Amino acid sequence: MPPNELTTRSIPANRRTPPQESDMNMHSMTVRGKDRYKSGVLEYKKMGYWEPDYEPKDTDIIALFRVTPQDGVDPIEASAAVAGESSTATWTVVWTDRLTAAEKYRAKCFRVDPVPNSPGQYFAYIAYDLDLFEPGSIANLSASIIGNVFGFKPLKALRLEDMRLPVAYVKTFQGPATGIVVERERMDKFGRPLLGATVKPKLGLSGRNYGRVVYEALKGGLDFTKDDENINSQPFMHWRERFLYCMEAVNKAQAATGEIKGTYLNVTAGTMEDMYERAEFAKELGSVIIMIDLVIGYTAIQSMAKWARRNDMILHLHRAGHSTYTRQRSHGVSFRVIAKWMRLAGVDHIHAGTVVGKLEGDPATTRGYYDICREDYNPMRLEHGVFFDQHWASLNKLMPVASGGIHAGQMHQLLDHLGEDVILQFGGGTIGHPMGIQAGATANRVALEAMILARNEGRDYLHEGPEILAKAAETCTPLKSALEVWKDVTFNYESTDMPDYVPTPSVAM
Amino acid sequence: MRITQGCFSFLPDLTDEQISRQVQYCLENGWAVNIEFTDDPHPRNNFWEMWGLPMFDLRDAAGVMMELNQCRKVYGDRYIRLSAFDSSHGWESVRLSFIVNRPKEEPGFRLERHEVAGRNIRYTTKSYAADRPEGRRYG
Repeated sequence: MPPNELTTRSIPANRRTPPQESDMNMHSMTVRGKDRYKSGVLEYKKMGYWEPDYEPKDTDIIALFRVTPQDGVDPIEASAAVAGESSTATWTVVWTDRLTAAEKYRAKCFRVDPVPNSPGQYFAYIAYDLDLFEPGSIANLSASIIGNVFGFKPLKALRLEDMRLPVAYVKTFQGPATGIVVERERMDKFGRPLLGATVKPKLGLSGRNYGRVVYEALKGGLDFTKDDENINSQPFMHWRERFLYCMEAVNKAQAATGEIKGTYLNVTAGTMEDMYERAEFAKELGSVIIMIDLVIGYTAIQSMAKWARRNDMILHLHRAGHSTYTRQRSHGVSFRVIAKWMRLAGVDHIHAGTVVGKLEGDPATTRGYYDICREDYNPMRLEHGVFFDQHWASLNKLMPVASGGIHAGQMHQLLDHLGEDVILQFGGGTIGHPMGIQAGATANRVALEAMILARNEGRDYLHEGPEILAKAAETCTPLKSALEVWKDVTFNYESTDMPDYVPTPSVAM
Repeated sequence: MRITQGCFSFLPDLTDEQISRQVQYCLENGWAVNIEFTDDPHPRNNFWEMWGLPMFDLRDAAGVMMELNQCRKVYGDRYIRLSAFDSSHGWESVRLSFIVNRPKEEPGFRLERHEVAGRNIRYTTKSYAADRPEGRRYG
């Protein structure tokens, strides 16, 4: 990033909150020379972790933290401490710093802003030199950035909001094994969202019964079915049974429709060896896609992404567990950071919210996640929670997945919020259909195709949506019955995580 | 059976007016529309025969509709699809593809199961029609 770009462009002047810190804090307080290394304890802001004049380099990684200092703790000191504890610092001065190019390795907090409308919270911008990180390792990146610092006593809470990943660093990662374009080419499906469903009930079906659900859903018109996150290899269904019956179902549905079909075979297991064994078996059976859970860890995810690239396999990621650290606004890691890490790590699909479904997701914030997955360049958009310009340097695109409490009657809203490059997963909305699973799948597919047709024709599909669906239902009984059953189902709750900035009308230049 | 490849196979067959509106949408996005036909609609047969080249630099859907009607006159007994190509960076592939002509009867596919070691099965999808030579498969 060119010098000063962050201060002049990242936060437009009309959205800036006037600084409330004393003027003294606006200058470097770093103790220099011999005094810097006198034994004892020195404030972090005097150790070189607060450098308000620092201009981030193009190659720096920048992290934005939401810092909530304990009462009475100076926000600048708290932010400098975050920079220190996530890079070179320890609680006391050490002379061994002097054996290193310590100034380079110190993360530098260069800007602290009060969070709008959130007393006691501060946005701290911290720059990290590229040399602090091992190339191509999310484990190493996260060990620094979220390693120790989140438990630091002087902070009440800490949240990693966003990161700017320099191209020099992005280029050290493989990225999505397949990517949206190649996935579409392999699946031979263009111009519309893909449709999926998670097999329900998620636990207890035998392999044979499970395969039945897969067959019915795929034959009825879905492109994919999916194992749930906790379907691995349990007493009621061991993994090989599931794989064998699922592939019978996939092939049968493929022959019945003439379309390419897939089912995400979850290879999540207790060890890497087990995961590789399951993935190899999926490949041997001719599956186009496998799946893993976020809980297997970043290194395991990167390993599976490399395996998927080598074996022509699409890799689906279920974000199991993420809400434990992404949902609360004041503490944890924002999902937009997880989405960035997963794009680097190399998965092809990621659950990124539905807006209208049963799970957490404010529309503007969700839009930010989708942009991170799908665009080659993300301009800063504070109103979507995107704090930095981010270049992806042609890294493959990551297909977002919308899943959880969605149904055919919401098709116009889903298309409007989520766009075309997305997988819409209707689990209950397929399997719970009163006329059966095939009918449920058909209802979804007809609703989708009718909506795409109308959109392409230039109709105002968002407002005419219910009308378009009703018209399509005239020639499709399953859709008619789906619209009837789920007509009043909505999930309107207050979001727990929303952008801190709202768009304000700007003065024309 | 009805082959459900393409974007609109679950809807009643599109009228020419509806097809024309989809083509116009593609042209307005700057995509080049291509007409392709086949009598081997295997799900993994990516390369249908091309009816000429993709129509670059076209503004009006009427041009595509004229070609489509020509193609139908010659290959009306086969599957015909329209595909729209987007040449912009980061995509450089098909953006929309849908079937605009079908054989009167679609016999579909047979699934062959070849039992191998353990419980494994090797599957092969075979088109009933493709057992006959190209050009003599439908009608």
